[in-house]
Amino acid sequence: MLRKIRLILAVAFISIITLLFLDFTGTIHAWFGWMTKIQFLPALLALNVGIVLFLLALTFMFGRIYCSVICPLGVFSDILARIGKAGKRLPYSYSPEMSWLRYGVLAVFILAMVMGFNSAVALLAPYSSYGRIVNNLFNPLWLWGNNMLAYLAERANSYAFYETEVWMKSLSTLVIALVTFLILVVLAFRNGRTYCNTICPVGTLLGFVSRFSLFRFTIDTDKCNNCGLCARRCKAACINSREHKIDNSRCVVCMNCVDNCQREAITYKPVWMERKKSDEKLEQTINLSRRRALSATILTAMASTLKAQEKKIKNVEMKKDGGLAPIKERKAPLRQTPLAPPGALSVRNMTQHCVACQLCVTVCPNQVLSPSDSLMTLMQPEMSYERGYCRPECVKCSEVCPAGAIRPITKADKSAIQIGHAVWLKEYCVVNTDGVECGNCARHCPTEAIQMIAINQDDKTSHKIPVINTERCIGCGACENLCPSRPYPAIYVEGHLVHRII
Amino acid sequence: MKEQDKNINRREFLNIVGLTAATTTATLYGCTSKPEKSSVGNASLAVPTDRMTYRVLPGNEDKVSLLGYGCMRWPTIPSPDGNGDLIDQDAVNELVDYAIAHGVNYFDTSPVYVQGWSEKATGIALKRHPREKLFIATKLSNFANSSRENSIAMYRKSFEDLQTDYFDYYLLHAIGGGGMEVFNRRYIDNGILDFLIAEREAGRIRRLGWSFHGDVTVFDQVLAMHDSVKWDFVQIQLNYVDWKHATAQNVNAEYLYGELEKRGIPAVIMEPLLGGRLSNLPDHIITRLKQRRPDDSVASWAFRFAGSPENVLTVLSGMTYMEHLQDNIRTYAPLVPLADDDKDFLEEMAELIIAYPTIPCNDCKYCMPCPYAIDIPAVLLHYNKCVNEGNVSQSKGDANYKEARRAFLVGYDRSVPKLRQADHCTGCNQCNEHCPQGIDIPKEMQRIDKFVEQLKQETLPG
Repeated sequence: MLRKIRLILAVAFISIITLLFLDFTGTIHAWFGWMTKIQFLPALLALNVGIVLFLLALTFMFGRIYCSVICPLGVFSDILARIGKAGKRLPYSYSPEMSWLRYGVLAVFILAMVMGFNSAVALLAPYSSYGRIVNNLFNPLWLWGNNMLAYLAERANSYAFYETEVWMKSLSTLVIALVTFLILVVLAFRNGRTYCNTICPVGTLLGFVSRFSLFRFTIDTDKCNNCGLCARRCKAACINSREHKIDNSRCVVCMNCVDNCQREAITYKPVWMERKKSDEKLEQTINLSRRRALSATILTAMASTLKAQEKKIKNVEMKKDGGLAPIKERKAPLRQTPLAPPGALSVRNMTQHCVACQLCVTVCPNQVLSPSDSLMTLMQPEMSYERGYCRPECVKCSEVCPAGAIRPITKADKSAIQIGHAVWLKEYCVVNTDGVECGNCARHCPTEAIQMIAINQDDKTSHKIPVINTERCIGCGACENLCPSRPYPAIYVEGHLVHRII
Repeated sequence: MKEQDKNINRREFLNIVGLTAATTTATLYGCTSKPEKSSVGNASLAVPTDRMTYRVLPGNEDKVSLLGYGCMRWPTIPSPDGNGDLIDQDAVNELVDYAIAHGVNYFDTSPVYVQGWSEKATGIALKRHPREKLFIATKLSNFANSSRENSIAMYRKSFEDLQTDYFDYYLLHAIGGGGMEVFNRRYIDNGILDFLIAEREAGRIRRLGWSFHGDVTVFDQVLAMHDSVKWDFVQIQLNYVDWKHATAQNVNAEYLYGELEKRGIPAVIMEPLLGGRLSNLPDHIITRLKQRRPDDSVASWAFRFAGSPENVLTVLSGMTYMEHLQDNIRTYAPLVPLADDDKDFLEEMAELIIAYPTIPCNDCKYCMPCPYAIDIPAVLLHYNKCVNEGNVSQSKGDANYKEARRAFLVGYDRSVPKLRQADHCTGCNQCNEHCPQGIDIPKEMQRIDKFVEQLKQETLPG
C-alpha cells in the first residue's frame, strides 16, 4: 500500500518535471512550476529557508522520501534500474557503505559552494543533472515530434502546431549531459541507487539526516527467517539481512522491503515504538550521532547563509529577377561584460544562484539563452543575440527559474531594467559599407533610445547614422539582432555587471 | 538530342537541374485527339487536346493559341548545394510537352526571368518540338545596363539560350517605368530601336512590340511612334480589376486596350490573374462566382475576361503547376466569351475585391533578390492571404482576434523563414524601381513589420 502511494507520487512528479523541461511554450509552468521550486538545491540557492527546513524536517521525520518521490534524478534511476534489471527476480544485493566517497563528494560540493565555484556545484546537483539530460537529450526528440505534427498541421491548414527550431546550444553541456546519463545508466543497471548513495551530495546530506529519522524500518528478528528477499529487492542496497541491519542513511524509503517480506518481519514505524527493544548502548550512539548530525546540518546551512549574505550585498550585365540572397551566419560580438537576463539583478547574482538546470534555456522562445562553455560559469545560461533578441513581451525565464538566479519580473518591470547598453561600430554599418539608407536599429528600438542623424552635418539629405542614448537603452538586443550587417553586427550590446532600473 | 546542346556553355548548363533526364514525353501526348481518362468521371475535368481557341488578327497571319505560356514562373527545386533554388527542368519539359499537346503554341520569356535561367530552360524544352509550329517571344531586358553593346549582347545571347535563329515576337521589356527619360536611354539614345527595326527587316525578328507598366505618357508617346515604326503588337496588363480600377501608377486596362484597338494593334495580355490574386479571393466572392457557374474554376472567370475582347492575340499565364495549366486549357478549349451581363457581374466583383486592403503584388519577383535577403513576395503574399481570410485584426476586441493572431503569426513563420521576414528591411529602396505594380515595398515591409510587432506584443488597440 505504502509502496503504491510512493509509486504514484513519484511517477506524477517525474512526469510533470520532465514536461516542464520539454514544454517550449512555457504554459504548464503556471500550474506546476512549484515542483522545481521545492527541489533541494534550487531552494537552498534561492535562500528559500522555508522549503529547505521543510525538506530537512520531512527527512528527519520519515527518511529520504525526497529522494524517492520529489527528486527527478532519483526516480529516473529507478526507471533505468527497472529497465536494466527487467526479468530478474532478485535484482539487487547488499553492499557496504562507501563513506569516504559519499562524504568526500559532499565536502567538495560544500567547498565549491562556499568558494563560489558554481560549475562544480551544477555538475553534481541532481536536479540540474536531470534538467540537462532532458534538455539536451530528450528535448530535441520532443521538438522533432512536434515539428512532425506541425508539418502535418500545415498540410491540414491548421495552426494548432507550429514548427520550432532544434539547435545545439552548447557542445560541452551536451557532452556533460550525455556522460552523466551514461554514468547513471551504468550505475543503475548494476545496483539501483548507487548514484544517489555514492555521488549525489543532496543524497548524502539527506542521508545524514535520515540516519536519525523518526520513522524507520526495522527487522523483527523473531519473525525473520533470513530468506534475504528484502535485501535482494532493495535498490538502495542498504539491507544487511544477515545481520538484520538496515543502513538508514542510504534507505530512500521505497517500501519495497515491506511489500516483499512474506513474514511481515520488516516494519516502518516510529523509532520510539522500537526503542523499548533496543539497548542503552545503541541509544547512546544514536544520541551522539544525532548531535553530530545536527552540527553537520548546521554547518551546511551556515555555508549557504554565508553565501546568502554575500549575495545580498552584491547584486551580360543584367539584374536577374527572383532568387534569394544568401545569408551569412551571424557571429557573436566579443562582449567585455556578459549579459544576464532581466530579473537576474547582476551577473554575480546569476552565477551564484544558478544551478544550471536549463529550465530557462528550454523555455526561452527567442533563442537568446544557451548554456555557457566557460569554466567558471559552465552550463549556466549565457545570453546572446545571434538568433533572436530579448523580446519586450516575454518574461518566461524569470517565471520558471527555481533558484532565484532570475527573479520574477513583469513585462512592465522589464521595460525599465537596463541589462546593458548598445554600442555602434561605424566600420560595419551598412550606411558606410554599402552606402545605403537603413535605420533598422532605430525602427526596432522598444525604448526609442536610438536617434538617426545625418552622417554629414551640413547636408541634411545625406544618409543617417544611429546615435544611442545609453541612458534609455535597456540592452534588449533588437538593434543587434536586426542589424543588416553580417557576420558581425554594426550595433551590439555590452552587458552591465549590475542591472539598473531606469 | 545531344547535338543541340553543344551551343550551351557547359557550366551554366549544369545550373539547370534534371537536364540529363530531359525526356521525350512530348510525343506521348500525340497530335490527334484522344479521350482523356478523366472524362469518364466528371465532364468538367476533361482537358481537350483539339479544341483550343486560336486567334488570327488582321495584318497578322499567325494562328496563335489564346492561351500563351508565360515562362516567368517555372517550377524550381532546392539546389543540391543548399544555396537557393534551381529550375526543375524535368517539370518544365513535362509542362511544355503537355501544353503543346493541348494546342498551346505561344511561349513568352525574358533573359531576366527566373534568376536568368528561363530562356535556357524554355529553349531546352522547346527544342524538342518542331520550331515552325511554335511562336517564341522574348524581350530586351536592358534595365541594369542599357549601353548599345550590352543591349546587343543580350539580344544575341537570347538566340543562343533559346536555341533558335529567329524570334517570332520581340519586345522592348516593361517600358513606362521611369518615364520617357528611361525609355529614351534604353532604346533611342543608344540606337537600339533602329537596330531592332533593321533586325526585323532582316527576318530575325518577325514581330516587334513592347510591354508596358506604369507611366501613361510613355504609353501614349510610344504608341504615337506607330506611324513610323509600325508596332506589330503591344503587351499590356489586363484583367477584370485593372479594367477600371488599376492600382498605384498603373493605367486602367480599358484605356490601354481601347487605344490599341483603335489602331488595330494586336494586344497580348499579361497578368490576367494578377499572379494568382484573382483566384485567391475572399470566401464570399468565391461563393458568388461559384454560384454563377458551379463547374468553372475561380480562375476561369479571369481568363474568360481577358480572352473575350477580340483584339486580344493571346493571354499569357505563368503556370507553375500542371493543375493550373489544365484548368486554363479547359477555359480556352474553347473560349466561352463573356456575355454583357457577365461583364457587369465581374465589375461588381471587382468593386468587392478592391474593398479589401491587399497589396497589389503579383509575385513576379522583379524586386528580388533583396540585398538584405528578405523574401519580399513571400511576405506580401502571406499578408494578402491573411487579408482575404479575415486574419488581419484591427483591434484586440475583434471576435476572432485570438485565432486570427495565431493564424497570422504561425503562418508567417511557416511562409517566410525568420531571417527573410519584413523586420530585416533596411529601407535601402533598391527594390522599388523594379516593381512594375508601383508598390512602395519598404513602406509596406515596415507597415507589416509594425503590425507583426503589435500582434506579438499584443498592443493592438482594444
